[in-house]
Amino acid sequence: MKLFSYNKISDTPQAAVASASQHPNAHYIGGGTNIIDLMKNMVMIPDSLIDVSELGDPGIRSTSSGGIIIGAAAKNSYVANHRTVRDKYPVLARALLSGASPQLRNMASTAGNALQRTRCFYFYDTASACNKREPGSGCDAMHGYNRMHAILGTSDQCIATHPSDMCVAMSCLDAIIHTVGKAGERKIPFIDFHKLPEKTPHIENALQENELITAIELPAPLFTDSSCYLKIRDRASYAFALVSVAAGLDLSGGQIRNARLALGGVATKPWRAVEAEEILKGKNISQDVFAAAAESALKQAKTFEHNAFKVELAKKAIIRALAIASRSRQS
Amino acid sequence: MSNEFIGKGLSRLEGPLKVTGKARYSAEFPLKGICYAVLVGSAISAGRVRSINTSKAEKTAGVIKIITHENRPPLSSPGDRLSGSANSEKRLPLQDAEINYAGQYIALVIAETLQSAQHAAELIEVNYDKQPTVLGLKNKNIDRFPAKSQMGEIAKSRGDAKAEYGKAEVKLESKYTTEAQNHNQMEPHASTAIWDGDKLTVYDASQYPAGVRNGLAKMFNIPLENVRVVSHFVGGGFGGKGNMWQHVPLAALAARVARRPVKIVLSRKQMFNNVGNRSETEQRIAIGANKDGTLKAIIHEGVSDTAMKDDFVEQFTISTPMLYACPNVDVAQELVRVNKILPTYMRAPGEATGVWVIESALDELAHAINMDPIELRMKNYAHQDPEKERPFSSKALDKCYQIGAEKFGWSKRYKSPGTNKRGGKLIGLGMATATRGAKRFGAKASARLNADGSFLFRSSTPEQGTGSITVMTQIGADCMGVPLNKVTFEHGDTNFAAAPVAAGSATVSSVGNAVWGAGKAIQKELAEKLIAEKKSPFFGASKDQIEFKDGAITCSAKTKSKLDYASALKVLGQKSLDAKFDTDPFEKGQDHSTHGFGAHFAEVEVDPDLAIVSVKRFLSAVTCGRVMNEKTCKAQVQGGVIWGISQALMESTIFDERSGRVLNRGLDEYHIPVNADIPEIEVHLVPEEEKHLGALGAKGVGEIGIAGVPAAIANAIFNATGKRIRRLPIRIEDILLS
Repeated sequence: MKLFSYNKISDTPQAAVASASQHPNAHYIGGGTNIIDLMKNMVMIPDSLIDVSELGDPGIRSTSSGGIIIGAAAKNSYVANHRTVRDKYPVLARALLSGASPQLRNMASTAGNALQRTRCFYFYDTASACNKREPGSGCDAMHGYNRMHAILGTSDQCIATHPSDMCVAMSCLDAIIHTVGKAGERKIPFIDFHKLPEKTPHIENALQENELITAIELPAPLFTDSSCYLKIRDRASYAFALVSVAAGLDLSGGQIRNARLALGGVATKPWRAVEAEEILKGKNISQDVFAAAAESALKQAKTFEHNAFKVELAKKAIIRALAIASRSRQS
Repeated sequence: MSNEFIGKGLSRLEGPLKVTGKARYSAEFPLKGICYAVLVGSAISAGRVRSINTSKAEKTAGVIKIITHENRPPLSSPGDRLSGSANSEKRLPLQDAEINYAGQYIALVIAETLQSAQHAAELIEVNYDKQPTVLGLKNKNIDRFPAKSQMGEIAKSRGDAKAEYGKAEVKLESKYTTEAQNHNQMEPHASTAIWDGDKLTVYDASQYPAGVRNGLAKMFNIPLENVRVVSHFVGGGFGGKGNMWQHVPLAALAARVARRPVKIVLSRKQMFNNVGNRSETEQRIAIGANKDGTLKAIIHEGVSDTAMKDDFVEQFTISTPMLYACPNVDVAQELVRVNKILPTYMRAPGEATGVWVIESALDELAHAINMDPIELRMKNYAHQDPEKERPFSSKALDKCYQIGAEKFGWSKRYKSPGTNKRGGKLIGLGMATATRGAKRFGAKASARLNADGSFLFRSSTPEQGTGSITVMTQIGADCMGVPLNKVTFEHGDTNFAAAPVAAGSATVSSVGNAVWGAGKAIQKELAEKLIAEKKSPFFGASKDQIEFKDGAITCSAKTKSKLDYASALKVLGQKSLDAKFDTDPFEKGQDHSTHGFGAHFAEVEVDPDLAIVSVKRFLSAVTCGRVMNEKTCKAQVQGGVIWGISQALMESTIFDERSGRVLNRGLDEYHIPVNADIPEIEVHLVPEEEKHLGALGAKGVGEIGIAGVPAAIANAIFNATGKRIRRLPIRIEDILLS
């Protein structure tokens, strides 16, 4: 670990942005569950840390439009166990609880979760080539051990998977990210927040320099009664997803009025399967419709030496998740 | 033999010490003036260090000294295992620029604080001359050569298996693979070294303090008695701490250079690079049988990997010729040299990788001839050792099958794979035989009778979580016929009588027998002295008239008198009495074969679409001769089973085949089971009388717990799905795509 300065900001987000601007190569730290690891491994070497863990409202409040606003510093465990989240956004509660371990969830913040970085082995190992860690150095994952890697949204520069469970649910729920930056406040639709690697895998999201997430807003709940978060992994807990699916259905009798489908563990960013959603809309619930949606969601999949199985697994997981979501209303 | 405490399920005596933090592990001894060393590992896996620049690192505040191959003091050869040394790699650390595996130590930083040392280590600049990495059993360009056993035991072929296989009514042939594993003990390897003139003390996380002492004495050219190795408590060994790895002499080297105590604790990453692993294996098995299940021929051969400069053989064929009464058996193993750390012993070395293959293959045969898997095993039951053609010292495997099957509900198994469904899931039941050679190594122990009638037993064997302290205390108490609180067992220090490596599930049979023998030696000496001492009530009696029972000393010729141990000492005018005992190793020339056996039963649930496997029930019926402590004995088996489930479904050290670097160097990505992966594990200790391995009648148990478990799981998966998976670990895609 390199020497760094540390500043805790407790008054306003604007003060944190100002502090970050005054410190060269500064990085925000919330729960620290990811960045500390990355610093210990010399993957990220900021010169200063701006601690924002006690900044702003760490709770959850309701919005006038029937949704909620989750403070950036709200801990994952707090959000997952919050009565409103459990009752109205169960897909988010389930996604959060399927991530990491209780100890990590007690530390990790909402904003930090949205910003967590890939678990690609080659990103973590500084002796390996990684365009995300060191632009232009190459990608050792492409022809290396890539079982955990992405099959959707990859580029010839990067095939790293976005690791978050929470983000898959947030994407499914059409969350909105609130930020403060040098240019003031703004709102970014979740679906536009994370960037595809393309030619710049080191640029992972829409944040400008020193821009700070202050909250994540969820619109009024739409799919509460017919939703599912399904995570498939190598052991029963404390493992990243091989495939995860967040599904939400707006049902009228046996008909799907509206659908949301998001995937984790298979893509370079939290993945909304928009075309698959279109296939589901207006159809009656059936295995065939679910299968057609699954086919569509994986149509663009590009596989590598060790991860071809994810195509089949993802399709089956989508069908299962949609089936559970379609049944959950009755239960 | 008194039987007051032996066999009882006593809780471990050191439990309170452990939960209150009073049990000190090797990295936990506070020492005045201590400094810290961090080891720097090579980024490449093959080649040489062209240049190494330590100038920036040396300027770091708190750095005391940086040692590389360019400025290292010399070290002498540590000797091999046969000479009593616990040394692992032959090539000495930091002695030249050569690199044979990724992470190999290329520098050592000594600093005032751990943080300074770590920071300086990151500032060292290294240039390499890189050679291509040689890795992987799949790589057909690597030369294979016949494996010679490093343990002196080698599986023996018999008959003409090739010819008989060709003629067999039923023939089955398949290839099985296993991946590399690391021990990953909860306590990392750690050594603290202190010099006092020419005397060296090392606190080391070691299963073999006496062997570390031996190796260090040779490396530093000092007399054996100048070296003391302390290893009271070890936070998990599993074979990985049975060797002395290179950080141990480096800690001593650093302490000599710094002229201060030096502590080295390996990082979790280094636990994957520098302290051995379980070899990868690729195995071929061919079984020929009659349609009625009679085995005609078994051919079991394959290859495992070893290091560039040293040989280690993962003896996966070790059990094959012994396990079943088959007239023709062919076994052969080859090795390949790769750019990896030297592989080493890891819980049930050989059996853990080999029994899985033979027990999977038998399941394939049972299915092919439509026979119950247990019936097939009983049909070919070896009543005597078919390999060495001599009786087993004890073998109640048939009862393990019977009791296990009954308690598990084996009769409820659906014969046709893929037909048992419950709640939308496929259900499968599988079983496998477990076995492991029962060993006894040479071991010494001492006993002392104190003035108050209490006893102190001592041995250099460490407590590595297996319950040794408790069991040795039970043995001592029963030997002397006194309550537990009259017996103390001191351990883990080469100032005490030398114990062998605490491995091979042999500590009870080795050290336990030595403790028993030392206790008996005290009684013998007391008897001799009491009949010779004029003031003694037993003066003039003959030795065989003296009896020791329930803590009392009586004499059949002088029935009016009775002494306890304290008064006996008083009569003799002694403050204490000492005795020693040497257990002989159980030699190969014995006329009995000694093995532990068991039967594992698993029930799995498999999601028919998503291929997720979960183990719902597990039962092990095992034999280990006389049980010393029911609780720690069962805990040993349960621990083994958990590791077996891990080996079956999760565990693998993943190497990048181009760089030779371990990719999943952490407990986040090196998967072992979490609680939710493990069902209740029912253990039945099947009674068995063992008369040959030692006075205690005990055989080893620890490693029977793991051997065969992956086969029971794989066989259950086959029963659930009809899919036969022949690679470990069994991953979701293996089931999904097959």
